[in-house]
Amino acid sequence: MNELYSTRNNNLIDPYVHVWGWEIPVYLFLGGLVAGMMIISGYFIFNGRYKEEKCSCNFLPIISIIALSLGMFALFLDIEYKVHVWRFYTTFQITSPMSWGSWILIIVYPALAAMFLINPNNMLKEKIPYIKKISEFFSKHPYLVKNIGIGNMILGGMLGIYTGILLSSLVARPLWNSSILGMLFLVSGLSSAAAFVHMIAKDRYERELLAKADNSFLVIELFIFLLFFIGLFTATQVHIDAANLMLSGSYAPVFWVFVIGLGIVIPLFIQSLAVNHKIQHTPVAPILVILGGLLLRFVIVEAGQYSKWITTTLAK
Amino acid sequence: MARYAMVIDTKKCVGCMDCVVACKTENNVPESFNRDWINFESIGKFPELHLEIRSERCNHCENPPCVHCCPTGASHFSKLGGIILVHHDLCTGCKACLASCPYDARFINPEGYADKCTFCTHRVEKGMNPACVSVCPTHCMYFGDIEDQQNQVSKLLASRKYITLIPEAGTKPHVYYLI
Repeated sequence: MNELYSTRNNNLIDPYVHVWGWEIPVYLFLGGLVAGMMIISGYFIFNGRYKEEKCSCNFLPIISIIALSLGMFALFLDIEYKVHVWRFYTTFQITSPMSWGSWILIIVYPALAAMFLINPNNMLKEKIPYIKKISEFFSKHPYLVKNIGIGNMILGGMLGIYTGILLSSLVARPLWNSSILGMLFLVSGLSSAAAFVHMIAKDRYERELLAKADNSFLVIELFIFLLFFIGLFTATQVHIDAANLMLSGSYAPVFWVFVIGLGIVIPLFIQSLAVNHKIQHTPVAPILVILGGLLLRFVIVEAGQYSKWITTTLAK
Repeated sequence: MARYAMVIDTKKCVGCMDCVVACKTENNVPESFNRDWINFESIGKFPELHLEIRSERCNHCENPPCVHCCPTGASHFSKLGGIILVHHDLCTGCKACLASCPYDARFINPEGYADKCTFCTHRVEKGMNPACVSVCPTHCMYFGDIEDQQNQVSKLLASRKYITLIPEAGTKPHVYYLI
């Protein structure tokens, strides 16, 4: 028997690390969702669909700005030294994913605003002449519009990957020690965004397209999960223990039932029937995908904090 | 350049917690928080039992994940022998450093910034030992520059078997335990 007794009892650290509560998973989810929406609307702008009034790329940027602001507000709530929040923007630390993220978020806002101004709401154009002028400028420069689309797709990719790398760079938590977490969060963000747009799209073609795209993202997500666990199971004992936390440990019910079952497999089945015209498109599958994406962040953040290196020395 | 390290003789440590009390007093560590602590580890089955007592703290790593992940540069190597410190004015309390430390050596000070062992920099600057080393009644703790081969810590590491905590995390810790 190997027993470890510690006199330490620090808040947020003992008996196990729980430094991040609900705010960080919510922020990571909204960040991923916005990343996905940037890629989707960037793609529609790139291929010229923005000229159609009903195109979701005309209203997704404003939804993204709101969602991202909510996410950043959640992040702000998590910060312990709130009056020092501006310190993020007094420096750039090349080795810190959080520093990269802070600056990416700052670039994302003008990129979204530019995308929004390409074809804004008619009412806005009439009320604010300045917006009308910018919109007219964009319509005279289609190459610029294409580049804004490309820029948003690239920034969306960076934002989505960063939300995963933020965790994977923290060496102390074995569950997060996988760079594939960046891809997992990007694809999950794309999937949630596709589900969201599928749910709110006014255009039938877009609904069909995004349901099909979402099915692909869900399949890719399952494959990335497989790679993620293969990576952990072929590493050290602490990594195997971390993987087991999710697969058969205390987080397994939430992971299998809500993330994999209700968040991926069942919506994939429903959407496959919908795209093959066996059943109608309903909001059920997209809502399940979105909730699954949110719970994925909760499970990864919670289980990751619970996983740890072993400080015992006698057993070695 | 000097590289400060701590060497702790587990054969002499009795787990009296004088080092813990000294640290709290010297550094005004807030109530219910600890910058250093004692771990009692036992292995085996009665009567074949082995016990190891370790006074633990920030390991002032050579490859510190807390410094690498800090988004504002608040966590940094000090010029004083590579001791890892936190600029309270730069810290946002984002807790990335808490999550990145394999030794769970950091905590959030009630004022909002990340807090941890400083090797009593204010004493070391004056040529004194950290408070925990100074008060140890069994003299099981040693502090000094491991770059200096004539220093006691270097001699102990050259002559005794030692371990570091979680070397597999790749942090290159600078608190050594003689076994």
